[in-house]
Amino acid sequence: MRQPFPFSAIVGQTEMKQAMILTAVDPGIGGVLVFGDRGTGKSTAVRALAALLPPIRALVGSPTNAATAEDHPDWAEPVSGKSHDVPTPVIDLPLGATEDRVVGALDIERALTRGEKAFEPGLLARANRGYLYIDEVNLLEDHIVDLLLDVAQSGENVIEREGLSIRHDARFVLVGSGNPEEGELRPQLLDRFGLSVEVRSPTDIDERVEVIRRRAAFDTQPEAFLKKWRAKDTKIRKAILSGRAALGSVEASDAALRDCAELCVALGSDGLRGELTLLRTARALAAYEGSDAVTRDHLRRVAPMSLSHRLRRDPLDEAGSASRVLRTVEDVFA
Amino acid sequence: MMQDRLEAWITGHLALTLLAVDPVGLGGLHLRARAGPVRDAFLSRMPPALAPRRITPDIDDTALFGGVDIAATLAAGRVIRSTGLLSRPGTLMLTMAERCGPGLAARLAQALDSGAEQSLILLDEGADADERAPSTLTERLAFRVDLDGLRAQDLAELALGDPEIDAARTRLSSVTLPDEAMILLTETAARFGIGSLRAPWLACCAARAHAAVSHRNKVGEDDIQIAAQLVFAHRATVIPQGDEDAATPPEPEHDGDSGQDRDISDDLRLPQDMLIDAVKALLPPEVLAALSVPRTAPAGKGSGGAGQKRKGNRRGRPLPSRKGRADGQNRIDLIATLRAAAPWQPLRRKAQPDATGLLIRPSDIHVKRYQELSDRLVIFAVDASGSAAMARLAEAKGAIELMLAEAYARRDHVALITFRGDGAELALPPTRSLVQTKRQLAGLAGGGGTPLAAGLRMVADLAQRAQGQGLSPALALLTDGRANVPLPGRTGRAAAAEDAYLMAGLVAAMNMPGAVIDTAMRPQPDLAKLAQTLRAAYVPLPRADAQGLSRAIGTALEG
Repeated sequence: MRQPFPFSAIVGQTEMKQAMILTAVDPGIGGVLVFGDRGTGKSTAVRALAALLPPIRALVGSPTNAATAEDHPDWAEPVSGKSHDVPTPVIDLPLGATEDRVVGALDIERALTRGEKAFEPGLLARANRGYLYIDEVNLLEDHIVDLLLDVAQSGENVIEREGLSIRHDARFVLVGSGNPEEGELRPQLLDRFGLSVEVRSPTDIDERVEVIRRRAAFDTQPEAFLKKWRAKDTKIRKAILSGRAALGSVEASDAALRDCAELCVALGSDGLRGELTLLRTARALAAYEGSDAVTRDHLRRVAPMSLSHRLRRDPLDEAGSASRVLRTVEDVFA
Repeated sequence: MMQDRLEAWITGHLALTLLAVDPVGLGGLHLRARAGPVRDAFLSRMPPALAPRRITPDIDDTALFGGVDIAATLAAGRVIRSTGLLSRPGTLMLTMAERCGPGLAARLAQALDSGAEQSLILLDEGADADERAPSTLTERLAFRVDLDGLRAQDLAELALGDPEIDAARTRLSSVTLPDEAMILLTETAARFGIGSLRAPWLACCAARAHAAVSHRNKVGEDDIQIAAQLVFAHRATVIPQGDEDAATPPEPEHDGDSGQDRDISDDLRLPQDMLIDAVKALLPPEVLAALSVPRTAPAGKGSGGAGQKRKGNRRGRPLPSRKGRADGQNRIDLIATLRAAAPWQPLRRKAQPDATGLLIRPSDIHVKRYQELSDRLVIFAVDASGSAAMARLAEAKGAIELMLAEAYARRDHVALITFRGDGAELALPPTRSLVQTKRQLAGLAGGGGTPLAAGLRMVADLAQRAQGQGLSPALALLTDGRANVPLPGRTGRAAAAEDAYLMAGLVAAMNMPGAVIDTAMRPQPDLAKLAQTLRAAYVPLPRADAQGLSRAIGTALEG
């Protein structure tokens, strides 16, 4: 496997990068949905972000990357207790994956050869403490998406099937990407992704050339290229780590809460998930940038990504929901 | 024409050669050709450096990624793992790529992206333009070669020798790509309306590979031109404006063969127009035809959705389990497997007296099967405006009743939306009940303006709901003319038409089959255009009775 493309070297796409960084700061935000054209660097960004994060410490041989012996699931083979550093896992969930493969199932091999009832962990176990990346999430079968969102929210995978009754930790950040031309995601599912960003191919020729230029440099001289961007990547990593540490101490005043609520009411977003995510994301942004309280500026900057997918669709508004959110933000904060 | 075919053959070979030089960078080749001597001849000239391994669209995960080989494990009595095709670098050749499902396409795309040194050759035998390999894959492959219309006796011998390809491979890493070349290729891609940034990058790789083949250590203008032709021609979505004489592209001004060997650092100012003309000359004729009208079917079968339901072995109504292979996709029916093994136990025990436990052979394995039938929802959107007249409404009612009469066998549900005056109305929610329908339809009224936009909006809403319930919606739009009532909040005929097209776009994005039935006395060009926006069939039907209507809709939606 070659090294992933450095995160900081991705040209443009600031909103997508920002959203991904914020979920790294606070995984509780609940996943990112990236909708956009082909070839805009969606999967590159996910892989790059995971490579940028510090390795996690996990027990050797643990199927769920458990950090301590208590977290190690009791159904798995016992481990030696030694731990090692593993890179933050990024698990790809391919289209057409069966439910068995996703949640895990009875280990047929052991059942048939040894007559034992054992559990074979699925992709969710492997994604624990990392990222689960689904390309073309809009084409994934609805019942799998439902299941994924459930697990992502509860942080636990519960299996009750084929005589097995098993649960294990499955805390991961869900990153879904897709091309809206090929099918929409149901609104119920949209709403359950924390953030949503739209990416477009850059239209500016200079920007496009820069993408190709960096790609060429990366492919021809990977070491030099990685070295060149290492400093910037390290800077982002440090900011993420300090953001994680500071997250608990970021204050959200009543005024900020009021702003959140007013914004969501003005936009007519259904349910309370909008407010909760908006606040949480703003808090993560404040922590990432080292400020100790959530300000209107933070809210303003994260409002489009945390609210644009929760609006009732207005097909007559060609500008898209993100700009609608921005307009409303200006009205409410005026 | 002869010349064109030969050109396809030559560019095909060039693409194959370049692919052999840089398989990983270029991703692969999409070969569109029917199985036959021409394709065989083409593939037989494949450089041995590629040596592809054949896979078929029904390959299972174990074969691709490796895993426990259950059959071998059972036979041997110990765990035997198989290595997957993707775990070794190399070239895969996917036969019948037009039948490749989204699941396999996603897995292969992932393998191409992961940097596992894979490349892919798609053998696409699609008969018409709609039947083609998934765009997820073709987007990642640099080249497309179309060999249709070529005859075996036209072929010429022109493959490069293997030593030359090997030499070019070693040269490849030292070929430099000047900045101007990148700019030129990126700009050209943008002018052809190619949004994806993979295209210019693949073109850069192609240019480098071509430079390596031509014994150059720096990408020159010939390389750029050829790369642009090979990579951009089939991706173009617009024809660059600015010069009308596209039919006669000016001959690129080469000053003989000596031009190739010049140092090109300062004269790499290949005029962009020239590059564009070069690509234009290679635009496949069907692309030109498709470009002259608005793009109609970018999604469709090319990408395939999980929305269409199909028979599967994962969910749905259970069927009796059947003997099968455990391939990682199927679910093994344990009980049936044990039941199959049970009678043989004494016999097998005799053969293997020292074995413990159950003696299960691969042939005992039964897999679960499910049948998932999706019901179709035919949404009738009927223009009940004054102009459309009551007669039309009556015919639509008749057609609905006829379709419902057959609905049980065909698993159709039917819904009716009427639009007139200033809004649309769901006259008949999705149903299969004939009795209920007759009662509901009896009291329908007509008259007023034509709020096409409102009707289409309701169609979109209903279709989305239906999809959520696992139905596959289809649309039959019956109208006789232009929209003259816009959505609420706007006024004017122009706004009405604009809204109608906007909503049609929304409906089209849902990717459902449809038909626009033109019920006017004379076919309306406006409606043909609307049908195109809707990506629906256009059926002018000036005089129809209920039976004719039902038949027309049936055939249009089947197609």
